[in-house]
Parts: sequence; C-alpha cells; structure tokens
Amino acid sequence: MHRLRAAVGKVLDWFEDRTGFMGLVMPLARKKQVPVHKHSIWYYLGGMLVFLFMLQVATGILLLFYYRPSAEGAFESVQFLMAQVRFGWLIRSIHSWGANLMIFVVFLHMFSVLLLRAYRAPRELTWLSGVALFATCLGLGFTGYLLPWNELAYFATQVGTEIPGVVPVVGPVIRTMLRGGDEVTGATLTRFYALHVSVLPAIAFLLISFHVVMVQKHGMSVPPSVERQGSSRGSIPFFPNFLLRDFVGWLCAIMVLASMAAFFPAHLGEKADPFAPAPAGIKPEWYFMFMFQSLKYLPAEILGIEGELVGVLGFGLLGLVLLLVPFLDRPDDQGRHRKVWTWGVYGTLAFILFLTYLGYTEEVPSSQDEPPAEAVSAAPVSIDGRSAAFRALGLAIEEADS
Amino acid sequence: MSHDAPARENAAATEPNRRRFVDRLLGVTTFGMFGAILHPVLRYLYPPPASEASVNTVTLPVRASDIPANSGTIFKFGDRPGILVRTPGGDLRAFSARCTHLNCTVQYREDISQIWCACHNGLFDLNGGIAGGPPPAPLESFVVRLRGEEVVVTRS
Repeated sequence: MHRLRAAVGKVLDWFEDRTGFMGLVMPLARKKQVPVHKHSIWYYLGGMLVFLFMLQVATGILLLFYYRPSAEGAFESVQFLMAQVRFGWLIRSIHSWGANLMIFVVFLHMFSVLLLRAYRAPRELTWLSGVALFATCLGLGFTGYLLPWNELAYFATQVGTEIPGVVPVVGPVIRTMLRGGDEVTGATLTRFYALHVSVLPAIAFLLISFHVVMVQKHGMSVPPSVERQGSSRGSIPFFPNFLLRDFVGWLCAIMVLASMAAFFPAHLGEKADPFAPAPAGIKPEWYFMFMFQSLKYLPAEILGIEGELVGVLGFGLLGLVLLLVPFLDRPDDQGRHRKVWTWGVYGTLAFILFLTYLGYTEEVPSSQDEPPAEAVSAAPVSIDGRSAAFRALGLAIEEADS
Repeated sequence: MSHDAPARENAAATEPNRRRFVDRLLGVTTFGMFGAILHPVLRYLYPPPASEASVNTVTLPVRASDIPANSGTIFKFGDRPGILVRTPGGDLRAFSARCTHLNCTVQYREDISQIWCACHNGLFDLNGGIAGGPPPAPLESFVVRLRGEEVVVTRS
C-alpha cells in the first residue's frame, strides 16, 4: 500500500514538475474563503449547478451514441435506446430529470441572489453573465425537448416558435430562422439539434467559466443584512472544507436523479405527425408554464394591439428589468436599498407560482369534439369561444390567419 | 490504577486502527459508487445485438435471362454484399462480396474474367478460390437456383 502510494506520488510529482498546474491552481483555491452566516446555505447552489451541467454534458454525450437527428429516424432511435440498449432508459431518464432539476436549481439560485442582493457592485458582470446563463439553460431545455420528435414536443415547439413571430418586423424573421422554414419540420429538428449539442453548450461553457472567474475574483457576496448586523460567524476555507460539503450535495443530487429515473423513467409518447390534430391537454415544460398560462388569459386585443404581442412585449420587458437589476436598484446615501425591489421579487415569484399552479389545475377539454360550451367555461377569458386548448397552443393565431 | 495503564495503552493503539478502518470504508464505498456509475455506462456503450436477423435466402431483383455472360453484379444479402457472376461459359454463381483479406467489397473484372479486390489487388477465380494477392481464404460461396426467371441465392 505504502509502495503504491509512493509510486503514485512520484508520477504526480513528475507531471507537476513539467506542468506546474497545481502550483497555479492551489494558491487560488486556498485563497478562497466562504463566509459562514445564516444564509450560507444558498452558496451551495452555484456549485450544484456546475455539477448538474457536467452531468448533462456526460449523459448528453452518451445519448449521442445512439441518437439520429432526422425526422425519419429520431423517434425510432430514441425508441431503440429506451427498449433495446442496456441502461438506455437510465441514461435518458437521468438526462431528462437532470435538465428539470438543473432549471429548478437555476431558478433557486437566481431568486436567492435577487433576494440577498448579491448582484451589488462590483458584481454586476457576475449578475449579467448569470442572467445570460439562465437564458441559455431555458434555450437548452426548449431545444432538447423537441429532439425525441414525439407529439408533445412537436406541438410545444410549434407554439414556442410561433410566440416570437407576433413581434412586428423582426418576429417573422426570427420564427423562420428558428424553424428553418415556415413550418416545424425535419429542418427544425436539425437546427435544434445543432443548437442543443454544440452552440448552446459552448456558450454555456464560456459563460460558466467567466461567471466562476468573477466569483473567484470578488469572493462570495455577504448579504447586506448580515453585513449591517455584523452577524457573520467568520469563514471556512473553500478547499477542502466547502468543496467536501459540495460533494455531499452532489451525491444527494445523484441519488435523487437515480431514484427519479428508476421510479419515473422519461416518457416517449407517440411519434410526431405534422398532419395530425394537436392532442388535448398539451402542455409546455413546467418552466415555461407561467408564460403560456399568462398568454392564455390575455384578451385578443388590448388598446388596439394584439393581445399576444402585449404579452410577449411584457415578458420581454420583464427580462430586460431582470438583466438591469444591479443598475436599477441603487442604494441611497446611507447604503440602504429600497424595499420596493424586494417586494417586486416576491411579487414576481408569487405570479410565477400562481400561474404555474393554474396551468396545471385548469380543466382542459379531453377531446376536441366535446361541446364548445364546456370549453368556454373552462377558459372564461377566451371571449370569442375558441377552446382553451387552442388558445394554449397559440394555434388561434394561425386560425385567424387562414 | 495499575489496571488502567494497559487499558489506556490499548485505546491509544486502537485509535489509528479506527481511523484506518474509516478510511478503508470510505475507499470501498467510493470504489463501489464509481463502479455503480461505470457499470451501466459500459453496458450502455456496448451495442445491443443487431435487430436485422441473418438472412439465409434472397430472391434477386433481376431476371436470369437479363444477365449477360462474363459479367458480375453486387446484390444485398441481408446486411452484407454478395456478388452474382455469370461465367463466360454461362454458369450463374454467387459468392460473398466481402474480400477475406480486409473486408473490402470485391468486383468482377471482365478483362481477366476474375473477381478482383481493388483495395490490395486480391484476385479470386470463378469458384471463389484464391488466384493471387494477399487474401488468406477463398470467398464464401452461395448456392444459386433458378425458379423460372427468378434467381434465388441461398447460404449453403
């Protein structure tokens, strides 16, 4: 045992003599301290996201071994993966649940940073890169959802790519760029595949690197409340104390994902058929639910402007405010921040939770040939009698066009 | 008092043992965990058996009378290529088109009336036997039967 350890040590020394890598990294790791106070728990979310990203990359690469990105082959290749390939169901389910968990943790991370005001100067660039990462994660979720080429994914993409199309002038161009044509076809699948496996992961990797370097440079932000009360209980070294605690969290994440994959494996559903009617009760991924649900409640026209356009512009504005938070929320002369921002964050959170709840509890007609009266009662705001399912799908827009 | 001294000595002696035990436990658990991750990944990477059942008989999409003498064509025999040759004498013969050297697909050379592999210049005669070049074994030959105008090739 001792001899083995000595031999390994010698090999490592040989590499270190030539690369000097540890001499470069270790002082950085040692320099880093993590403050200890009552909000310290939120510091674990960033590391958790790095881990989940690595897990998504690893399982994603494994999926590439069997996946065929074409309208003819995609569904069949995933079916083959789920039914024939040993542990294929496990790899795909972990990728699918991992994506959901990652976006959930992204939300937690973002809201914790918002509420603890960790975006304060000089951390504006960390915040900006974080919002960009949030958008990248949503993009990864949206593009990945289509890849199995099943019915649900097909119609979700149909609607999702229709939404930016309502914006005047640039909207239709964006829609055509996203779809690779006027309709969602095999060309869309190839595009989404390229975005999902190369463009977006590359962007995410660069942004994560920048984000982490910024966190290293500025250190962990201590919340203003803790700073004021001086209630910080000192700090612990990042390496190895904090990192080992990180590992425990990662182990828990693996455990959760493995259990979810085993007990609730990812579905595949029916193969997409562009000429079949959209099935009733079709829903977007949960993290887009609040937006879809909001669009559903908007009347067809607001002050002479198309309802969808108002909704899309509204969410665009919300995104812009989110991006600019560090520049808008300036402290006063005594260094105090205005409470209105905190209430705004809680309000947004409540809005998202409430509309998501509505999206999942609202009754949707189970098939399209049910009497329209019921459809109207299910969606009281769809004034012109279009069924809730159709409004949800954004198909109403096409219906009006044709 | 005299009884305590060896007890304390004992405690001091077990302390490193306990630590070593915990260390080993951690090591074994870590190995176990990586094993539990690596096992499904390796099994996943090994492809499942091909779904296409091995073919024993194919009916070729050509009419026997359309095949000129001193010619050869490649046909699909399951997921592998085969070669159908009409000899200058008028016989129909079929072989696996996989060269026994390094798996290239062979072709019929009308100028020398032999089966030729372009990759490393391997030559086979019209019975599938080695006629020159590096191939270590003759081509696998199939049985050709005529059902009226239909050409039926069977693995012998």
